[in-house]
Parts: sequence; structure tokens; C-alpha cells
Amino acid sequence: MNRYPLWKYIVIVVALLIGATYMLPNFFGESPAVQVSSAKSTVKVDPALMTRVEEILKNAKFEHAGLYFDQVGLNSTIRVRFRDADTQLAAKDVIQKALDPSQEDPAYVVALNLVSNTPRWLQSLRALPMYLGLDLRGGVHFLMQVDMRAAVDKRLDTLASDIRTLLREKNIRHVGINKTPTSIEIKFRDAETRTKAEDEIRGQVRELTLKEEGAGDSLSIIATLSPAAQKDIQDNALKQNITTLHNRVNELGVAEPVIQQQGADRIVVQLPGVQDVARAKQILGRTATLEIRMVDQEAMAAGLPGAITVPERKAGGVVTQTPLKREVVVTGNQLNGASATLDQNQRPAVSVRLDEAGGRAMRAVTRDNIGKLMAIVLYEKGKGEAISVARIQGEFGNQFQITGSFTVQETSDLALLIRSGSLAAPMEIIEERTIGPSLGKENIERGFRSTLYGFTAIAAFMIFYYRVFGLISVAALTVNVMLLIALLSMLQATMTLPGIAAVALALGMAIDSNVLINERVREELRNGRTPQQAITEGYEKAFATILDSNVTTLIAGIALLTFGSGPVRGFAIVHSLGILTSIFSAVFVSRAIVNLVYGSRKKLQSISVGQVWKPGA
Amino acid sequence: MEFFRIHRTIPFMRYSLLLNTISLISFLVAVGFLVFRGLSLSVEFTGGTVMEVSYQQGANLEQIREAIEKKGWGEFQVQNFGTSRDVMIRLPVEKGYTSGQQADRVMQTLKAQDPTVELRRVEFVGPQVGEELAHDGLLALLMVVIGIMIYLAFRFEWKFALAAIIANLHDVILVIGMFSIFGWEFSLPVLAAVLAVLGYSVNESVIIFDRVREHFKKMRRASTVEVIDSAITATISRTIITHGSTLCMTLAMLFFGGPALHYFALALTIGILFGVYSSVFVAAAIAMYLGVKREDLVKAVKKEDEQAVVP
Repeated sequence: MNRYPLWKYIVIVVALLIGATYMLPNFFGESPAVQVSSAKSTVKVDPALMTRVEEILKNAKFEHAGLYFDQVGLNSTIRVRFRDADTQLAAKDVIQKALDPSQEDPAYVVALNLVSNTPRWLQSLRALPMYLGLDLRGGVHFLMQVDMRAAVDKRLDTLASDIRTLLREKNIRHVGINKTPTSIEIKFRDAETRTKAEDEIRGQVRELTLKEEGAGDSLSIIATLSPAAQKDIQDNALKQNITTLHNRVNELGVAEPVIQQQGADRIVVQLPGVQDVARAKQILGRTATLEIRMVDQEAMAAGLPGAITVPERKAGGVVTQTPLKREVVVTGNQLNGASATLDQNQRPAVSVRLDEAGGRAMRAVTRDNIGKLMAIVLYEKGKGEAISVARIQGEFGNQFQITGSFTVQETSDLALLIRSGSLAAPMEIIEERTIGPSLGKENIERGFRSTLYGFTAIAAFMIFYYRVFGLISVAALTVNVMLLIALLSMLQATMTLPGIAAVALALGMAIDSNVLINERVREELRNGRTPQQAITEGYEKAFATILDSNVTTLIAGIALLTFGSGPVRGFAIVHSLGILTSIFSAVFVSRAIVNLVYGSRKKLQSISVGQVWKPGA
Repeated sequence: MEFFRIHRTIPFMRYSLLLNTISLISFLVAVGFLVFRGLSLSVEFTGGTVMEVSYQQGANLEQIREAIEKKGWGEFQVQNFGTSRDVMIRLPVEKGYTSGQQADRVMQTLKAQDPTVELRRVEFVGPQVGEELAHDGLLALLMVVIGIMIYLAFRFEWKFALAAIIANLHDVILVIGMFSIFGWEFSLPVLAAVLAVLGYSVNESVIIFDRVREHFKKMRRASTVEVIDSAITATISRTIITHGSTLCMTLAMLFFGGPALHYFALALTIGILFGVYSSVFVAAAIAMYLGVKREDLVKAVKKEDEQAVVP
């Protein structure tokens, strides 16, 4: 007798249901859509804009198949789905014209995109289709190396100037501050001054580790960055570069860009659908620039344009023109950082740090202009925009705060905007790949076709050779594929061509467990066991072997996952998951079916596992 | 129906000496090729630029070669792949130029010759990435070998672990050796395939060793050679059916998967064929030469023994 307890059936049925649910989204395909996102860091896409887009479409009498608002981090987008590509194209033009009447300086990026047709109820279960890698959908891939030494160097510069200011303020006499690529050296004449300086620096500048050196009257302190501080700088540099890249990529109007950290100092940028590599590179490599200028208040009062006039967007979509004076006080190169903070009254504020030269210039200007207005201007694509206009409250140097009636969110946005002008550290493209869209489509087709053909051949053979048991094996294999695809969709893994190959290979190897079991059952029959005994023994004996053989294969899979990169990782993920699902489906699912078919028959005379040949018969 | 009607134990080990000598010779030949000729590594490892372009009509390779020759970038390759209309161009890393610029310039020249040319794919890898990949690949290989040895030593016995690893490294070396002998391109997916082959063919050896252990328990009077022969005989039909099925898959990839999967599928196909051969003739034979005995296994798994006894 071969029966499974009820709970085992329940587990299998639940697994199958979950598997089917999460595999389903991959079959709905995609429909044409128009995507609206912000073209400028100062413009926000919000649900209110969605209503506006809906009205634009209604006025132009376009039928759409749904509007969606998505927010990932700071980037939000609106997507409108259409029934066919013609409406999509026409609607794109209409939306673009309505949102940005003058095409000179667009505030929004309106791009064509494809949106999954997965029904809402599936989406609400987070059942989404697998993400297709660039080799399957076409696009550009860059791997960028961030020069971390430069980031550290920049920070040391700032710290050196901070120490100089500190020692001056405290009236501690030193004989020179030198910066080397990895440390700051501060020289003193006597030990007493040095001790005093050391105490002060230790109290004020926590990022540095101090060491005393020298003897006689040439004493010095060698200050190096502590490992924690160094890591902090590198993390921040990477984050800032990623943010900056995000802002730039948005301009390209790419539907689903991937910008990710890889390792300690690398950034992967993937732009699906982009074919113009030259333009993509130009935009990624461009620096937005930041300037601080005085507002021309006389011109402002008289309602006249200044030496230059830039727009300023205020809450509620109001745009005012701000006239500025010709002289640039500080440029973006002199900016060392900006972060959200709280002022002495515990209100949200933005803290800005400049380098030494910037600090000097700032001090000179603020000394003479207390009570006047100053503007921070961000230049993107050659056009300036005031991101902050604030009143100077006192004389300050390389560190100051911008306060006002900000919310915490607004201060962090503003800090990001100020930072977005510059890269924290220079980057270099070390790997680049372009895949044409037709090649991507071909790759999908080929991968799918070879899997299908291989599977069909195996299925035909199994059924021919093992009869009912073969059919059960094929059912188990099908469950295996389903569970594998469901798992990959759940993990939102990226499907690549090597990934498809791994699915095919997983099938080819999963068949091994089924063959092992069927051969064992035959062998037991050959040795004269009754059919029921043969099933029990066959599965039990085969299980130990299946486990051993799969564990060794899994070891190889995990090693690939750990040390591989790019396409190899994609292969390894599918390979390893495929081993797990194959154990489940070959051992439990096929046994459950066998038990259902044969298990409860008391006087089972024969089972259909193909012909069992006995030697000497 | 049953394909394999085996009347009595096949004396596999009788041929072991001859076959292992052949294995050893081919292994040495493969190593020789690897050392003296090396692999034609893909751009992922060496750094450089690869372009794939496609023409409406058959491409004139000579014309393309001439055009690139004039740029004086040093060693380059122009070859057809897939069809006569598709051309693959490999360029070395050029100091001072990004690959994009390099590719742009090539495209301009090609467009001037024939405006219908279409750029299908560009791939550029900086030299430092390539070195890292080679390093990581070797590390992965080492980790797989160590991991599998530990597992086998724990599950079976060190003689089996050693025999399995030697047999399977022999497969890996032969597969890589084939890539060297025929000058096939060794790319990252091929490396993945080679490592998968390693896992796969160990799997194969494990199944045979599993039977060897079982038969040592069952056939108390038989000699080691007899036990090994009977174990291989008992598993041979499964070995052939399983590999037939897996080969179905890899051959489907080889014939229908297109150029992107070609070498990957090729490495798998060859690897699986060697895997079958080596687990039947090499792994078991080495275990035999290492002097594997009944006591090695039966004692080690005494507890399991009691539960597994068949009535």
C-alpha cells in the first residue's frame, strides 16, 4: 500500500497553486504605454499630474486602458496604457504638447514604453513577470568605475582647510599644513602647542586619526582618515554618483533604467531600448553645474530683468523670474557637500559645505551684504534655474545653512538638488555592451524554441519508454518548470539568455531523478517484488542517490553564484533553484501522483513502467 | 520495452588499463595544448571591443578588413558568424579612445562602403575587468573542487572523493583542451558551462559509487573488481537514458539556440559525453587503483547498513 497522508497532498496542492499564480504574469504579454516622468530635478510628478494627463487625453478624445502612478524612491512616473501602438504614438505627441507647449525647455519626459498586462489582482499579490535582461530586450549596458581615491582626496582637502580655520580661531600657532594624497601633516615648533592643537582637532574633527611625529623643534601631527570615515566617504560618493546618474538618465526618457551599485566602487547602468550609445554616454558624462549668485534686488524691485534672469519654481507650480547679478560668488566645483539637517531651533535646514577658496569668497561677499538675497542656481542642459533664494543673515565662510519654512522632505530634496550638480568622484566606463532590439527578440525566440524542442523530445521518449510512469515523470517535469519560473518571478530575477539555457539544462538534469526512480522500480520488479513493494522500495532507494547527486551539483551552482558575475550569475541562480525544484517535483510530486494512481489498490497485479525484462526469461 | 537486456555483469574493469592509458595520453595532449597554445579567450577576459554588424546582402569581408587595417589598431579579427550577412569584428583596446568612439569610427567607415549595414551589438571590456573575471573563474573552479571533495569524503570515503575529483578534472581539462585545440572562443558562459559539467559529472560518479557501496554490502564474497563491475552494470541503462535526455536538451540548444548559445551548448555537450565516459571508466578505476576495500565503506556506514537491509 502506498498512501500519502492528507497533509502531504495539501502541501503539494498549495505549492502548485502558488506556483501557478506566480508563473501566470509571464503569459499576459505587454501592451503599449506612454510614460511621463520628470525631466528636471526641480519638477515633481505627483497624482495631481495624473489627473491632468487624464483630462488631456479626454479632451483629445483618446481612449486609454488605464492610468498608473508609480513611485520608486524619489523617482515617480505616470503610465498610461493603450490598446494599440497607433493610439500610443498619437497620444504621446498630444501629452507632450499639452505638458510642455514650448519644446525648448521641457519639464517632463514623455516616453514610449511597454507595460505588463498582468491583471490588477495578480499585481496586488506582487505577482509580476520576470524582468528581461538586456540580451533579451536590447539596450545599452555600462559598467562604471568610481575613482574612490579622488573622493577621499577631496574630503582631505576640506578637512585640511577646516583644521586651518580651527587653529586660527583658537589662536594656535602652527608652521604649515600640508596635504599628501592620504594624510594631512600639521607642523609645530613646540610640544605644548602641539598638544593643545591635538586636543582641539580631536574634539572638532572626529573623522581623523592623529599621530605625533618628529623631534626637537620640528614637531608634527600626521592626521589620517579613520577606516570608518573612509568607508563613509566612499559610500556617500557612490550614493551621490548614483543619484546624479539617475537624474541624467531621466533625461534620456528611458522607460526602466537600472542604476545599481556593484561591488565597493562600481556602478552598473542599463538602459533598455536605448540604441544611441553616443548620446547616452554624452548625457551620462555631462556635469550639471551649480552657481551661487547675488540677486539683483534693484532690478527686482523695478520689475526689470537683471544681468541674467532665471526662473524659480515655487510650491503650487508658480514660476517667478529672478534677476541675478553678473558676478558668480561660488561655483559648483567649490562645493564639497550638502545635507539635510536641523538648525539651532530644531527646524529642518540644509547644511552646505564649500572648499577653502569657496569659503573665502563667501566670507568676503556675505560680510558686505548682510540682509540681502542670494540665489543658488542649477544649470542643466545649459539652462539655469534658481533652486533656492535666501536672505543672508550674517557673515559666514565655508560652512553655512539654508533655513526657511521647510519640511524634512523638502530639505532632503534640496540637499540632493544641490549635490546633484556634481559627481562626488570621477567615473570611467570600463565595460560597455550594446544589444540591438532585433537581436534581443531573436534571442528570446531561440532560447524558447530550443527549450521547447528539447523538452518535447524528452517527454516523447519518457512516455514511450516508461508508459504511465513516464507520463507521471513528464507531469513532474512540467511542475518543475512551473515552480522554477514562479520562483524566478517571485524573486524578480532578471531573465537572460544564459538563464533560459539554465532552465533547459535544469530540465535535462531533472530528468535524471525521474529515470533513477523508474529504473529502480523496474529493477525491484525484476527482483520479484510485488508492484506495491516495488514502488516503495524504488522511491526509497532512489532518494538517497538523488540527494547525493543533487548536493554535488548544488555545490557547483553555489560556487558559480558566489564568484560569478553578469551572465554567469544569471545562469547560476536558475541552475541552483532548478536543482531545488527538481528534487521537490521528482520525489514528492511524482510520488504523490503514483500513490493516487496505484497506491490504494489492494490487489495490484502490475504497474505500467514499460516492459520489465528478466534475464533468462 | 527495455533497451538494455543485460544477461550478466559486463567486465568494465577489464578494459580499464587500456582506456585509462588513452585517457592519460589525451589528458596530457590537452594540457600541452593549453600550455603551449592557450585559449582563444573572449573579449570578456582579454579586454577590447567586439562589434556585430549585419548587412542586407552577403558581406564583403575583404573590404571590411581593408577598411579597419587602415586605422592601424594592431591585431584585429573580422569573421562571419551565423550567416554570411552577419559579421563579427574584434578590436584590441585602443589607448585614448573609448570603445564607443572606436565603434563609431568603424561604423562610419562601413556605412560609407554600404549604407545598409546595421549595428547589432557592441561589447567593450576594460582590461582590469578581464583580469578579475579570470581570477574569479579560477577561484570558482577551486571552490567547486574543494566543496565537492569535502562532501564526498564525508558521505563516502576519501579514496572515492579523490577518484571522483581526478576523473572529473580530467573531463574539465579535456573540454577546455578541445576549446584550445579547435580554437573555439572561450567566453564567460563557456566557463559557466564547464563548471556545470564539473558538478554534473561528479553527480555521475556519485551515482556509481552509491551502487558500489550498496553492492559491497550485498555481495559479501565478491572481489572489489566484481563489485565495481556489477555496480556499473546495474546503473548503465540509467546512465545512458539520463545522458541521452540531457543531450537532447544541449543538442537542441546547439542547433536551435543561435550563435549566442553555440559554444555554451557545445561545451555542455562535450562535457556530458566525457562525463559519462569518465565516471564509468576513469572514476571507478582510480578508486580501484587507490585500493578501495569493503571495510572502507561498510564500516563507515554501519548504522545505515542496519536500516537498509532488504528483507
